[in-house]
Amino acid sequence: MKLDAKIPAGPLAEKWSKHKFNLKLVNPANKRKYTVIVVGTGLAGASAAASLAELGYNVKAFCYQDSPRRAHSIAAQGGINAAKNYQNDGDSVYRLFYDTIKGGDYRAREANVYRLAEVSVNIIDQCVAQGVPFAREYGGLLDNRSFGGSQVSRTFYARGQTGQQLLLGAYSALNRQINLGKVKMYTRHEMMDVVTVDGQAKGIVTRDLINGKIETHSAHAVLLCTGGYGNVFYLSTNAMGCNVTAAWKAHKRGALFANPCFTQIHPTCIPVTGDHQSKLTLMSESLRNDGRVWVPKTVELAQKLRKGELKVTDLKEEDRDYFLERKYPSFGNLVPRDVASRNAKEMVDEGRGVGASGVAVFLDFAEAISRLGEDAVRAKYGNLFDMYMQITDENPYKQPMRIYPAVHYTMGGLWVDYNLQTTVPGLYCLGEANFSDHGANRLGASALMQGLADGYFVVPYTLGDYLATIGPKAVDNSHPAFEETKKSVQERINKLLSLTGTKTVNEYHRELGHIMWEYCGMARTEEGLTKAKGLIRQLREDFWKNAQVTGTNEEFNQNLENAGRVADFLELGELMVDDALNRKESCGGHFRLESQTEEGEALRDDDQFAYAAAWEYKGDNEPEVLHKEELVFENVKLTQRSYK
Amino acid sequence: MSGNMNLTLKVWRQKNAESQGKFVTYKAEQVSPDMSFLEMLDVVNEGLIKKGEDPIHFDHDCREGICGACSLHINGRPHGPKHGITTCQLHMRSFNDNEIVVIEPWRASAFPVIRDLAVDRTSFDRIQAAGGFISVNTGGVPDANSIPIPKVVADEAFNSATCIGCGACVAACKNASAMLFVSAKVSQMALLPQGQPERYRRVQAMVAQMDAEGFGSCTNTGACEAECPKEISITNIARMNRDYFNATLIKNEE
Ligand SMILES: Cc1cc2nc3c(=O)[nH]c(=O)nc-3n(C[C@H](O)[C@H](O)[C@H](O)COP(=O)(O)OP(=O)(O)OC[C@H]3O[C@@H](n4cnc5c(N)ncnc54)[C@H](O)[C@@H]3O)c2cc1C
Ligand code: FES
Repeated sequence: MKLDAKIPAGPLAEKWSKHKFNLKLVNPANKRKYTVIVVGTGLAGASAAASLAELGYNVKAFCYQDSPRRAHSIAAQGGINAAKNYQNDGDSVYRLFYDTIKGGDYRAREANVYRLAEVSVNIIDQCVAQGVPFAREYGGLLDNRSFGGSQVSRTFYARGQTGQQLLLGAYSALNRQINLGKVKMYTRHEMMDVVTVDGQAKGIVTRDLINGKIETHSAHAVLLCTGGYGNVFYLSTNAMGCNVTAAWKAHKRGALFANPCFTQIHPTCIPVTGDHQSKLTLMSESLRNDGRVWVPKTVELAQKLRKGELKVTDLKEEDRDYFLERKYPSFGNLVPRDVASRNAKEMVDEGRGVGASGVAVFLDFAEAISRLGEDAVRAKYGNLFDMYMQITDENPYKQPMRIYPAVHYTMGGLWVDYNLQTTVPGLYCLGEANFSDHGANRLGASALMQGLADGYFVVPYTLGDYLATIGPKAVDNSHPAFEETKKSVQERINKLLSLTGTKTVNEYHRELGHIMWEYCGMARTEEGLTKAKGLIRQLREDFWKNAQVTGTNEEFNQNLENAGRVADFLELGELMVDDALNRKESCGGHFRLESQTEEGEALRDDDQFAYAAAWEYKGDNEPEVLHKEELVFENVKLTQRSYK
Repeated sequence: MSGNMNLTLKVWRQKNAESQGKFVTYKAEQVSPDMSFLEMLDVVNEGLIKKGEDPIHFDHDCREGICGACSLHINGRPHGPKHGITTCQLHMRSFNDNEIVVIEPWRASAFPVIRDLAVDRTSFDRIQAAGGFISVNTGGVPDANSIPIPKVVADEAFNSATCIGCGACVAACKNASAMLFVSAKVSQMALLPQGQPERYRRVQAMVAQMDAEGFGSCTNTGACEAECPKEISITNIARMNRDYFNATLIKNEE
């Protein structure tokens, strides 16, 4: 297989506009002869479904929640980037492009990232027109804040609920099309497989989560907008239902999976309290605008704090080590996420961690409160502080927060070309589910931007080109491929339901999470990864013998839903480990202990690894085959990232 | 920190929409005060699954108070005893050792039970689809800063927009009225300049759908506001009533 990214020729700044001109169009009267399936109605899916329906296509949209408004995008807190330069602080499309490429440690495709920066400005206009109530200044214009990895203020926000407001905006656009009859919405439906006919995606198989009905749906094209797979780690900031199933099934039907090991560990999350923990809660990166990260200067002081012999407020200024400010004077607390996370881990490994477990560092607002006043801090971050108080029973206005890194985002995902098409013709992938724009590390406030860019401004153009090429002749679901795929879905469900062992699905999930976190988390080694591969295989085999899955298919059965998702994670986990083993360099969030600079920063190996690793599925328990998309940098110079 | 607790749960179990439900008693043992309420239920469910029994079904997803999926009537109150939070944000430190905890689904005819504690809230989506939008297509919109909006207005619209669509307002109301939910959306858009062109059409369409779904009428008791996990203000209802009244006056304006 030859990977063709289909990057348009010409200067970077002209690629997208030229490409749009060269794409084939479907004439307005013909659009209603086409049906498009959109799986997932988070930011990426809802914006795509609404925009395609506005153009005149018939859309069938699916989500597993009871409403599109509950997609995990709703939980995004901090903000969304756009190169508006409203602050007149030197921002530009090129700077946003450059920051994103550099932030991703030079492992993303230049052309895609440039396009993302280019359309970012339209996103804000669109959202405001929909009635998204962004934060404003007294003069009535939009307010901005800063996020990690950049030195300009380009992040638009709606208090600590930016994702909620953007998703409700996209949801309202989707609703309008549902009302007009152009979108048929299927909630509480899980996509179980992709149907391909002659190598092209022509539909999907779904399970109605209320009554277990297995159904087939046909269409001219299928868009997967199904989010990230961070829950492979069991504990993450993702919602409980986030899964890899849709992407994984597509992978098994021929879509290559790229850079699966690129996961983002977010530096500021509320630490784990015990085994009962079911998820981790993020404290938005925006807090690092005003919060200062520190640990006690010495191990002795840290021990005293942990034992309760000292109170945090007793610690004098000179006994505190503001380690990010010390090590990275120009970016300070706003270094990118991978750098902040690794440094927190380093402090804990040195024995200077805080909290009862010692696995945490402080995020302190005392300075901001004395500078701005408690009310101003409350106005900016009130909801986050409340959330923190609910969970920890501690008051962050009076004492510093305890935070620790947690799995947050997956940069890896289905490989897509410039048109967002996977290696299966007719199968597209948008949002967090694809691998495209963030390289080895995503900058804060860029995922919302990417999801909406893909859905509102990219796929409505690029999909038209494909549809115009294949023509409106419909494939209906009487084609045998539909029946065959449906049968394989039913067989797998039956196999899951036949498991009457002694261990719960959650227990397997938790164990998988431990393995991934330990060996494929913030620091990775050849030895650890090799060990992890064996452990995951054993665990997977054991799952298919000893798991307990209760109930039947023909009912609302959350245990069965979960079992299917965990079974897929048990396969994905191994591929992540393979990918991490293959990539012997460090880059962004992928930190191989064997490859670091003298100062302990990620050391890339551009000669060997300036490529996206795209994996091809070859059959159950067969090794996957690696395909390389060489990354060509014509506009930026690859340098050692420095935030000093 | 206080020690672990033992609780008695009385949980509503109902196989599906058609079947009769009943309360079943379970023991929740060695519950840590640091657990969330849903994590406590997870532990109970793990025990049930190990015995080969069906776990208790309940809706949940984000577990941080924003998606609106979790529900639960706990000891007679939507989202439990604490003010201004959702069930997933409720922690067991709010309960006492040996307490009896009664857990029921939302009760409203417009929210039929799907199974156990999970109910069907798609009526909310249909109300939104009837008019909860501003009719703009993707692309071709003005620059975001072309219309300044006073900060107080934007903030007020934001406050209304923070509704998570969980349905606690309906569950709290003796009439099972959806007025707080509907008015929050109507207000958000009525406050913003972008929402003006369809202001009156919107309120009529949404109210008509609300009535068609079988929600009850509002008698101003304010239980909705008191139980709303996002503290959506009842002034939204007043604002909606005013708009609805105006809409009937200027019906032929368009
Ligand atoms: C706590 C938190 C805070 C964040 N804050 C920010 C921030 O401030 N700024 C920022 O830029 N990014 C942030 N992010 C990241 C960002 O929110 C996500 O990357 C982004 O919203 C993903 O959008 P999406 O549309 O790709 O996927 P999602 O919103 O996850 O949507 C996935 C959709 O797919 C559906 N689905 C999944 N699987 C199936 C299946 N098998 N069958 C049917 N449907 C399925 C779901 O129902 C859902 O509708 C944050 C993430 C988290 C976890
Ligand atoms: S689970 Fe999302 S609000 Fe409770």
